[in-house]
Amino acid sequence: MFLGGQNLRGVLGLLPEVALVAVGVTVLMICGEFDLSVGSVFALMPMTMAVLMVAGWSFWLAVGAGLIVCVAIGLVNGWVTIQFNIPSFITTLGMMFMARSLTVVISGGFPPRLDPAAVPSWLFVGFVGPGGLIRASFLWFLAIAAVVTLLLAKTNLGNWIRATGGFLPAAQAMGIPTARVKIACFVLCSVLAGFAGMLQVLRLGSPLPSIGIGMELQAVAAAVIGGTSLFGGIGSVIGGIIGALLIRVIDNGMVLSQVDSNWFQFAVGALTILAVVGNAWLRKRGRAMKVET
Amino acid sequence: MDGTFDSPAAEPLISVRDLHKWYSGVHALKGVSLDVAPREALGLVGDNGAGKSTLISILSGLVRPDEGEIRVEGRPVVMRNPRDAMELGIETIYQYNSMVPIMSIARNVFIGREPLKWSLGGIGWLDERRMRADSVKAIADVDLHLRSPDALVGELSGGQRQGVAIARAMHFRSKVMILDEPTNHLSVKETAKVIGFVRSLKAQGVTSIFISHNLHHVFACCDRIVAMSLGQVVLDKPMGETSMEEVQDLL
Ligand SMILES: Nc1ncnc2c1ncn2[C@@H]1O[C@H](COP(=O)(O)OP(=O)(O)OP(=O)(O)O)[C@@H](O)[C@H]1O
Ligand SMILES: [Mg+2]
Repeated sequence: MFLGGQNLRGVLGLLPEVALVAVGVTVLMICGEFDLSVGSVFALMPMTMAVLMVAGWSFWLAVGAGLIVCVAIGLVNGWVTIQFNIPSFITTLGMMFMARSLTVVISGGFPPRLDPAAVPSWLFVGFVGPGGLIRASFLWFLAIAAVVTLLLAKTNLGNWIRATGGFLPAAQAMGIPTARVKIACFVLCSVLAGFAGMLQVLRLGSPLPSIGIGMELQAVAAAVIGGTSLFGGIGSVIGGIIGALLIRVIDNGMVLSQVDSNWFQFAVGALTILAVVGNAWLRKRGRAMKVET
Repeated sequence: MDGTFDSPAAEPLISVRDLHKWYSGVHALKGVSLDVAPREALGLVGDNGAGKSTLISILSGLVRPDEGEIRVEGRPVVMRNPRDAMELGIETIYQYNSMVPIMSIARNVFIGREPLKWSLGGIGWLDERRMRADSVKAIADVDLHLRSPDALVGELSGGQRQGVAIARAMHFRSKVMILDEPTNHLSVKETAKVIGFVRSLKAQGVTSIFISHNLHHVFACCDRIVAMSLGQVVLDKPMGETSMEEVQDLL
């Protein structure tokens, strides 16, 4: 029943959107920082785009402007955090409220409608797979996830991100430009969140100012379920994706088995705690085994 | 050491003049001047808060001085970050800050200076095979025996970590190696090993600055002693002209 077409389509439609947010949050957490503003950026980017299109901008210019807004938010998050030595938890908590407020303000109170003729929806959310299972957004997600995975695992920038989050004083002493590395991760996180929000709005056809609420904590949960350490340095993109997938599957499984949907958050919370405890245990086991050999 | 002055051979490798550093009201360095000769092993001692770490942080590019001049091989230099110092051949080994525990030995050896297969604007593809092979060789060169370059640094003992840090500095052919309290919290055996490393540096033509609170360690491997107190140099003598008692009395 879970694998029924309608149901699978539901999971696969939403997954790229939440997983892209989780990818950005995971990379930023590996770099040793948090971003609680992703849920608001998720709404602000497509709202910016829609408002500009209503004002007569072409789709591509509006997308470009929306992404520039994301870059700017990432820069502000990173710059304020580093310049004033504030926990990013606080900086981005402030940004979460500010970006949400901006979204509502520019929407003018009622959501603008996207003109279907002016939007190349097929490129982002058109069905490409068999039986209408796979949307283009899924391919976008796969491509982006692959690039970010390789960036983290196989490039010197990835090495710097891990070192910066793993032990900041050592990274600084070895001459890594840690401030720039962190800011780059903040920007990546914001851009991925904004892009994901755009995918959702193109799928739904209209930007609501309320989308993405609660997403920031779900993304942190996804990263943690996937093995990312809250202290930085440890984690993987694929782990974050698996975490996001598990959350989606739980959500969906509950809908299907007709469990009261209010249990969803309970399940995600329990899984998060379980994952952290399990990870700590596995690491201890791993060390014990190495000592034995 | 031949006693002639002003001969080119006697030109100091590092020469520091009238260095001042303030930390929001704290005058951490009050006009420090110091010459380090090529191939010399200099022992830097002083009470807690004397300014030793501040001085070497400046020499390794981590901190910028507020006043004063630094010359390397006679040329005035401005070091904006640790990379500048490394490019001048100055490598620094800190007690805690040298290694990222959650990363492998191979990755730690090349942090910030990764060999790349190709790159675009400074960002590029790691040459992991070379990182592994070269780190194995670098570690063997300092007579350290580790099972695998893929082991995490966090799993090594304190002495092994210092060994990897020294191997890294040697691999990049440093001219000057600064060691800030490298024997802190090490067992007697591992301390002996680190002191052995410092001694072997001289044979390889590397200049070293060795910081320790333990005068026995300093006297075991240095040619010259510089003592600091409250941000100033209070003693600067070749090993033969001073004694542990004299230094002890000063501090
Ligand atoms: N980052 C900093 N911010 C503010 N004050 C500092 C900083 N670093 C050092 N100081 C101050 O500068 C002075 C010199 O400190 P420094 O660390 O150089 O001493 P030290 O000789 O290395 O001492 P120790 O033997 O304890 O390592 C101290 O008074 C210290 O409090
Ligand atoms: Mg010190």
